[in-house]
Amino acid sequence: MSQFDISKLPQGGKGFMHDWGSDQRAFKGVPWGKAMMWIFLVSDTFIFSCFLISLMTARASTTVPWPYASEVFALTVFGVEVPLLLIAIMTFVLITSSGTMAIAVKFGYEKRRKLCALFLLFTALGGLAFVGMQAFEWSKLIFHEGIRPWSNPFGAAQFGSFFFMITGFHGTHVSIGVIFLFIFARKTFRGDFDTGRKGFFTSMKSNYEAIEIMGLYWHFVDLVWVFIFAFFYLW
Amino acid sequence: MEQNKKQEVHTHKIGIYLWIWGLLFVFSFFSYMVDYLDFQGLLRWTLIVTFMLTKAGLIMAIFMHLYWERWAIVNVLLWPMTLIGVFITIMVSESHYTFFTRLFYFVVGS
Repeated sequence: MSQFDISKLPQGGKGFMHDWGSDQRAFKGVPWGKAMMWIFLVSDTFIFSCFLISLMTARASTTVPWPYASEVFALTVFGVEVPLLLIAIMTFVLITSSGTMAIAVKFGYEKRRKLCALFLLFTALGGLAFVGMQAFEWSKLIFHEGIRPWSNPFGAAQFGSFFFMITGFHGTHVSIGVIFLFIFARKTFRGDFDTGRKGFFTSMKSNYEAIEIMGLYWHFVDLVWVFIFAFFYLW
Repeated sequence: MEQNKKQEVHTHKIGIYLWIWGLLFVFSFFSYMVDYLDFQGLLRWTLIVTFMLTKAGLIMAIFMHLYWERWAIVNVLLWPMTLIGVFITIMVSESHYTFFTRLFYFVVGS
């Protein structure tokens, strides 16, 4: 196939024109799986953007006061009301799992199989903790605070529907990621990426690039949370 | 081809990931403090957006390796995001209009 030496190609803007103008593949040094994951993530970005933009539209166009998230999501610890405590912990847990994922990718490329699997497992457990806390948050809001998609005691009725829609969609992404992380941790530990064992679903050989692709998805989930944290909880 | 690809792959020292991890912690802590110290108004929004964009930039550049990718793919990924900016602008003016008409008809009646 292609015989290019990537270090000799022009860089920066010239490289951009060169790569797109050449009659080979445009994304040099990018495995197809990674390019496909990136394209999926761009489309997913648009979905989450639509949610957050419609949140903005609802909030800016309602004449009823919007519930103050800082108070709605406050947690009482030893008799003291701490605003957004659970959300802050969830944020730190998700960032930590993103960090362990980045380290797992690094160990994967260095072919340190067991360390890679271990860090994938840490990442999965972090994601699991996040989903668990989210389930706790949801049940608290539904059973104790009486927040419903169509009404809530704090203010504008749209608040509930946006909360359940946005955090629910994000939580679904996390849950899917956790499932795949456990699968990949097992595959890595078993040595599938060293022996070229075929996947049970794709029946194709894979290698440690798969860990990086998994990582892109996981970092994206973290990235979306950064925006949800800012726009839904803090704004 | 397979062999080539293996050699090109960057691996970085573990330190850089730990650093970014630490920075993300710090910035998350800062944005939490914005709420905890109860900053309001323009200061609140500026700080929230600044910390948010810094965190997003760090995650994309280092954790998602965009900093080391070639511009061909970086441009394909980032330019579509300008459309989101356009969409936000449209919807801001749309929601102001809706707000105005609601106020108008709630007060004046139809």
